[in-house]
Amino acid sequence: MKYVDEFRDPDMARALVERIATLTANLMTNRQLPLQLMEFCGGHTHTIFRYGIEQMLPDEIEMVHGPGCPVCVLPMGRVDDCVDLAERPDVIFTTFGDAMRVPGSRKSLLQAKADGADVRMVYSPLDALELARRNPDRQVIFFALGFETTMPSTALTVLQAKREGVTNFSLFCNHITTVPTIKAILDSPDMMIDGFLAPGHVSMVVGEQPFRFIADVYDKPIVITGFEPLDILQSIHMLLAQMAEGRCAVENQYQRVVQAGGNVAGLDAIHEVFELREFFEWRGLGSIDHSGVRMRDAFADFDAERRFSVPNLKIADPKSCQCGEVLKGVIRPWECKVFGTQCNPETPMGALMVSTEGACAAYYNFGNLDELLHKRERKAAVSS
Amino acid sequence: MCLGIPGKIIEISENDPLTATVDVGGVRRPVNIACIVSADRPSASCVGDWVLVHVGFAMSRIDEDEAQKTLALLAELGEMQEEIDAMQHSAELT
Ligand code: SF4
Repeated sequence: MKYVDEFRDPDMARALVERIATLTANLMTNRQLPLQLMEFCGGHTHTIFRYGIEQMLPDEIEMVHGPGCPVCVLPMGRVDDCVDLAERPDVIFTTFGDAMRVPGSRKSLLQAKADGADVRMVYSPLDALELARRNPDRQVIFFALGFETTMPSTALTVLQAKREGVTNFSLFCNHITTVPTIKAILDSPDMMIDGFLAPGHVSMVVGEQPFRFIADVYDKPIVITGFEPLDILQSIHMLLAQMAEGRCAVENQYQRVVQAGGNVAGLDAIHEVFELREFFEWRGLGSIDHSGVRMRDAFADFDAERRFSVPNLKIADPKSCQCGEVLKGVIRPWECKVFGTQCNPETPMGALMVSTEGACAAYYNFGNLDELLHKRERKAAVSS
Repeated sequence: MCLGIPGKIIEISENDPLTATVDVGGVRRPVNIACIVSADRPSASCVGDWVLVHVGFAMSRIDEDEAQKTLALLAELGEMQEEIDAMQHSAELT
């Protein structure tokens, strides 16, 4: 963990921490409940833990770590589908490295590879397309995942494959959408979040407009946020300032990268290739309307789901898993009954323990495990 | 995958104006620049620009100072080496 003194601009950080404390004290004069702020993006979660930002904040601010880690929220059944595709003899299955270790109900892609499946880690979907060009007698499938940040890259790759007439390349499309997911969180009855830090790089693609309903319809302030620790402190300050002034708006702290209109070429490519699914399954959150995309009919030849019959089995999350409540801020990660015991980074039961960007893994890795487990026992004793 | 990594555009490909060679942390690789070119920023004018590269695609233009700060942050977060390893590993495959 880092301290304010080690920040690139410690004076600025210190000033922000002070102003956050003052605003929080004012806001708390007429409320009992802590102020809950959600950072949606796993990248933000990582920065918050890496730099110990929660410890710099007043006790009355609770950071709720959202579902924005695409690897964490991948349902087990989807991983099983990947393994099924990868184990076919004529297939080269390509994926980002992050997805290799995610457990399926039978095995992870890493285990499938060890068992002889041709699974290859690539840096870019363009590299998967290159593999297809070089192996015309094999079927190359790219495991497309991620939020809007990575959607333009897979869409543009498919458009290129189509232009070149490459016939042995397809996507197993598991892209997910940010805005319907935030909406699902806002609609859940036990939700008490007061404001949002919006993901910087999703916003770089989609722009500010898609977030407006959060301010307009749900009366919650939202700030598009960069990845530096100072960005996060500044955005928290901007959220609290809005609350103090009784305003709700979409504000953009990350203007050096995010333009109000987003990335036009990227959005055009997304809309040409993908359309919304009626619903998509998430690990820990269940099914969410419009939270994923599939390929349009015009690209059926590049859609692995249509070219190969994918088993598409639903595997329920384990009963004791409380990821959904953690994601909505109803409980803190260490309050989950299996946190740190049955559920740990070696044998994750829930989504949030899978990657280092997941909230539970972050608490496990950066927190003091014994202390957290004690805290859980004390809390259980008080409430029983 | 989500954070991206800054790189500098070195040259535009002769056969494809939407592909550029980009130097990312000392590694040179082809990067698609379709998302950062426009009528008033044709690809030939992009040489020397700093861009944020996500999985082989330049997604946004950034200034050099911002690029250096981001590189330092990624190195500190321990994300830099991972990305560069992934890039090199991928280059060997294809
Ligand atoms: S401890 Fe495990 S099961 Fe519980 S919420 Fe966290 S990831 Fe889910």
